[in-house]
Amino acid sequence: MSNNYSRRSFLRTAGSVAAVSALPVTMIELAFAKPAENFTFAYISDAHIQHIRGTKFVNNWDRGLIRAVAETNLMMPRPDFVMFGGDLAQLGTRAELDHGAEMLARLNGKLYCVMGEHDYYDDLGEYWSKLFGPQHYSFDHKGVHFVVLNSILTFDDWTHNRWPTPQQRMLEMAGLDNPNGSPFMVGDKQREWLRKDLEKVEKDTPVVVFSHSPLQKIYKGWNFWTDDAEQVQALLAPFDKVNVIYGHVHQIQYNQIGNISFNSVMATAWPWPYPQSYAQAEQFMPKLTIPMNRADPFFERDATGWQMVDVNTGRVGLAYNLYNNKSRTVAFDPKVGHPVDKELQSVALEPNRTHY
Amino acid sequence: MRNRVACFWVALAGIGFPAAIALAGPLGLPPVPVPAGNPMTSEKITLGSTLFNDKRFSATGEVSCATCHDPAKAFTDSPLKTSEGINKLTGTRNAPTVVNAAFNATQFWDGRSADLEDQSQHPFVNPVEMGLKDHEPILKIVRGDPTYAEMFRKAFGIEPAAITMDHVKKAIATFERTIVSGDSPFDKWYFGGDKAAMSEAAVRGFKVFLGDGRCVSCHVIEQDQALFTDNRFHNIGVGINRIQDRVPEIAPKFLEAKAQGMDVDVKVLTDPASSELGRFAVTEGLDELGAFKTPTLRNVAVTAPFMHDGSLATLRDVVLHYNNGGVTNKGDRVNDFLSGGIRPLNLEDQQISDLVAFMEALTSPQHARPAQAASTRAMGAGTSAVQAAPACSTPSSASGTIAAQQLAAAGDTP
Repeated sequence: MSNNYSRRSFLRTAGSVAAVSALPVTMIELAFAKPAENFTFAYISDAHIQHIRGTKFVNNWDRGLIRAVAETNLMMPRPDFVMFGGDLAQLGTRAELDHGAEMLARLNGKLYCVMGEHDYYDDLGEYWSKLFGPQHYSFDHKGVHFVVLNSILTFDDWTHNRWPTPQQRMLEMAGLDNPNGSPFMVGDKQREWLRKDLEKVEKDTPVVVFSHSPLQKIYKGWNFWTDDAEQVQALLAPFDKVNVIYGHVHQIQYNQIGNISFNSVMATAWPWPYPQSYAQAEQFMPKLTIPMNRADPFFERDATGWQMVDVNTGRVGLAYNLYNNKSRTVAFDPKVGHPVDKELQSVALEPNRTHY
Repeated sequence: MRNRVACFWVALAGIGFPAAIALAGPLGLPPVPVPAGNPMTSEKITLGSTLFNDKRFSATGEVSCATCHDPAKAFTDSPLKTSEGINKLTGTRNAPTVVNAAFNATQFWDGRSADLEDQSQHPFVNPVEMGLKDHEPILKIVRGDPTYAEMFRKAFGIEPAAITMDHVKKAIATFERTIVSGDSPFDKWYFGGDKAAMSEAAVRGFKVFLGDGRCVSCHVIEQDQALFTDNRFHNIGVGINRIQDRVPEIAPKFLEAKAQGMDVDVKVLTDPASSELGRFAVTEGLDELGAFKTPTLRNVAVTAPFMHDGSLATLRDVVLHYNNGGVTNKGDRVNDFLSGGIRPLNLEDQQISDLVAFMEALTSPQHARPAQAASTRAMGAGTSAVQAAPACSTPSSASGTIAAQQLAAAGDTP
């Protein structure tokens, strides 16, 4: 249940009746924050819109995105913008991208998009770019430098020389534990662009990087992995405050590597299990991850969700709206220097009465 | 909750029942949960029954609890869509049955009361129900009426001046905990092993209920009992569909008013748009927007019309609504906040009819309408087991339920 999303908790935190016309957002106000520097944006990811035939699409995935968009539109104060974190489509077809874009068009306010592998490997991002623009870019907002990367590229040889058809290429990349697959990477060209982009940014400017895959190495078989993660991290290392937010993993993860905080976002389509439950090979789960309840297959939205992101003096806090699960907030804690789950980190977990 | 409550049937044994009768609860029901602070006594049950039927506790003197929870209509006001209070004022919600409400984890369609005790106080002071300004007139009556004075003395051991609403609420809740019923043809078939208790159509319908209909995921059946509810709240596309385009306007306005002290109980029963926010009005949780409590299906065939707003006239209409994936008219826009379990079912016409037949087999004998009971017999159900019990109308035996009849008997042999 979404108790964390209650206006009451908003009021308690904000301590102001000026907020009463607000629909629920949990704000993570840090004691030293200057309110003027704080803002929120919404983050929706991994909708996996899937075409069946004709005008038919998988109902379950449609409902997840429709609901997240409608709920995002209820948020007050209005998020400054909305991110879509990649994998809008399942097999990267025009029909899927068009159908998804139509749903995203119902969002109020500015939308920024990240490329996912399910959007890319049919036509190598051509139609996606027609709909949403460049595949990597940066922008500045209220003193924060935002960078969007296409982190799901791979070796040229795999992309261009291995597969008889684009559809085959897409299916191979969509497979899990697929020996024909290939690891994700940002690639030399884009890293060079990133280096130049960051050159003009002051080192004390907070940086937020959006990628589809984790810019850290967790589990290769499912591409919870970016092959040149260390090189990307090295470019980000000189900055005081860096936050990486990624999709792809369909679960809540958070981690700290040096000065870089990592947060993942939920999918609106379906949840993936935690690596402990599937890993038969080497895997490197971020040590701060706390598992959530398994999905109830009847309640199709169970263990899916979306999130409001609060940017606060350059650090991010994610408030997760989780259907059939208790909402969670994972935010950077300056006292310990890494993201923490505001509630679960400090309390013994009680069994959830709606799951067994 | 279970660790705080005593077993009702054991509690009955404690107040002078022959143990054999006391422990034989209706087939298909679990023990009635009884809060530790409000134990069952026959004196409190009698008092609660009298309070339940007293029309003086309304602004016009014409409405009692039993007006909308009529024992002759399985404790509803069927066939009204939404309930009629004083001066024929109508609210926004279809009267939920009191029968087996003792088992509900929360009360009201949106669960805004935690238990029967709390629930019982609200209709008195709701402007479209019994219309009192506050509870004072009730206390004035019960303190001044010698019959009540004696009943409260017996039930709580207190003098009239010491009577508070807490006592009134406890007595009504205690009475309501006796209004339970099982023993339906389904119970006899499923739990009692009587193969002839349900028609073939109902048996086929039960398969749909468990399978393609996806009903049992919310209308829960356990191994040894069935309350047909998960006690959770779901947006199934009823009511919310009417206001879906206005949600961004209605929801914030509601929260604003609530923050400024607006009475939720009054607002949701008097303002149709706010009513459709459902459980969200109580918890303010996004995933409960337009969500209402899963009602029991017991006696559903005698409590038409259906859904929290009484908007569906027949059980067939209800099944069609689910079959369409949460819209009453096929092709209508599904609301954005629909619960994850609701999706088109693609049931065939025969499956729909069978499902309705199954729901008609959930009627307890004491709530069966004569015509229906007759048709149940005609279908070849066990003639000795299924009987049409005439509905009772006098307050002293108002419940018309096995438990209350047993307790009435108990009262004679203390």
